[in-house]
Amino acid sequence: MLGASVKEEVNQTEEPRRRRRFVLLSRLKQNKVAYISLWFLVLVHAVVFIGPLLWPYSPEELTGTGALANWSLQHPFGTDDLGRDVFARMLHGGRVTLLVGLCAMLFSLIIGTIIGACAGFFGKVVESVLMRITEAMMAIPNFFFVLVALTVLGTTPFMVVLVIALTGWVEIARVVYGETLRWKEYEFVEAANAAGATAKRILMKYVIPQILPSIIVSGTLAIAWAILTESAISYLGLGIQPPTPTWGNMLQNSQQYIWTAPILGVLPGVAITIVVLAYNFLGDGLRDALDPRFAKK
Amino acid sequence: MFRFILNRFGQSIILMFIVTVITFFLINLAPGGPTGVMRMDASPEERQAIVERLGLDEPVLVRYVQWVGNAVQGDLGTSFNSSEAVVDRIADRLPYTIELTVFTIIFSVIAGIILGVISALKRGKAADHVINFSSVIGLSVPSFWLGLMLILLFSVELGWLPSSGVGPRGADFDFAGWASHLAMPVLILSTTVLPNIVRFTRSSMLEVLSQNYIRTARSKGAKEFIVLYVHSLRNALIPIISIIGVLIPRLLSGAVITEAIFGWTGIGTLIIEAANGRDYPLIMGITVVITLVVIVSNLLVDIIYSQVDPRVKNMA
Repeated sequence: MLGASVKEEVNQTEEPRRRRRFVLLSRLKQNKVAYISLWFLVLVHAVVFIGPLLWPYSPEELTGTGALANWSLQHPFGTDDLGRDVFARMLHGGRVTLLVGLCAMLFSLIIGTIIGACAGFFGKVVESVLMRITEAMMAIPNFFFVLVALTVLGTTPFMVVLVIALTGWVEIARVVYGETLRWKEYEFVEAANAAGATAKRILMKYVIPQILPSIIVSGTLAIAWAILTESAISYLGLGIQPPTPTWGNMLQNSQQYIWTAPILGVLPGVAITIVVLAYNFLGDGLRDALDPRFAKK
Repeated sequence: MFRFILNRFGQSIILMFIVTVITFFLINLAPGGPTGVMRMDASPEERQAIVERLGLDEPVLVRYVQWVGNAVQGDLGTSFNSSEAVVDRIADRLPYTIELTVFTIIFSVIAGIILGVISALKRGKAADHVINFSSVIGLSVPSFWLGLMLILLFSVELGWLPSSGVGPRGADFDFAGWASHLAMPVLILSTTVLPNIVRFTRSSMLEVLSQNYIRTARSKGAKEFIVLYVHSLRNALIPIISIIGVLIPRLLSGAVITEAIFGWTGIGTLIIEAANGRDYPLIMGITVVITLVVIVSNLLVDIIYSQVDPRVKNMA
């Protein structure tokens, strides 16, 4: 009797879970802005990850064309204040910027999911301790922490990613915590527990797969946030250090040439804005697509 | 009410403890330290003398306990780099940050409510789409870059607004000078919270408009104007007070960058100086004060909320 109802329950949740992945994409298709954003992001990532392999100029070497050259066929965006090819720097800079965003997001997801899932699943002391820490992280203005951490720990790419991730997990932990509380009450989780599955197995096999869509939404918005944070700390000179280009640090010294070579100060800023915009649209679109009230709209 | 305050007090102590522990151990366990940024020609003996004078040769745990002991008595120590009391240095700067953030909140709330209400009333129409789109752009544009672009436009090209500083203060205070210095920083800082307020107002307004009592008001023949601005808006605005509490940490984060762009001598530029100079007591002091600001402002928001919303008021 119990066995039958458990099986049924598992089937009921297992089935919509599979279907939901397809539903997600087809619902996303209905949201034109989000769908365009998705393909735009695929394109941008392809360009900055493959582009540098094809483009003949290095982002760090002088081209010999001279400094602040105007655009030409050879250098579509001209050259910068030191005579480096701006197009090559945009490609490489984009690669570093997006990589920082992706890595920071992955770290944040791992930290946030572990903390949120453990707090929600184990309850009691674990919950109080972890959630108090999460609340503390939410209450402190995190830019103060980022600033202090990067000055004392140094600005290696690894540290930049780590520090951004260490402040970016809070929102994810909160979402995962709420969802875990909801899902752990279901009979199929109880059944797994009764069948003697370990806590780790229950979380990994039964709870987290259910939460995955929400995690994806949080992750999308976390990338947008990480890219913005990286560019802001670059402005303060605490991001990834030149000569390695990022879209953030390319803006650092560009202001003085704004009238002679406006492209230097405008292009990286526009690039950051558009990519973050696309991630935000995609995240919003995914969230709407996951909303059970979606059908009504 | 008494229980509420007691509970809040307990939470604040825990919060303060976690925040100070994280910051204290982060800065003290990291390699480098105050001697790392001294003159290059300092001899090892000189460095050692400094370490002893600043008490850096004691174990970190002992130093933390000492620091807490002094801090609870209101003594946040002496700045390493300027030998002034940390409390005085922060007291000099904090009013500027509070001024900047308070005006940003006022501006963002007024503009946010107007835009949010328009967006909700014109749901699905062009105005709604334009406002929605602009909100997402506001969230996506790097604020420092937008700030620099505005400086280029309004200060360099048009010469309408000053590019940096807090303007004339004290004896030679004049309103026009003060307002012109405040305009761009407030505008830039509001990009960090305005989009959220717009979106929140919109959804709150839509929620209220779908309630039964609105339908009742309409069916009993109340004028559309009265329904919208008396029955709906008042109720839709109550939740907006609560979101301000959530946005305050973000606002203070944004203040760091905004102050750096516009040379605004608040606590944001002070933390940059403190971090660059490895000024441990100053870093700790700022951390404590900024956490206090968050705690107090959240308390204020909750008190206002409970006074405005009769449902919450009667519950407490």
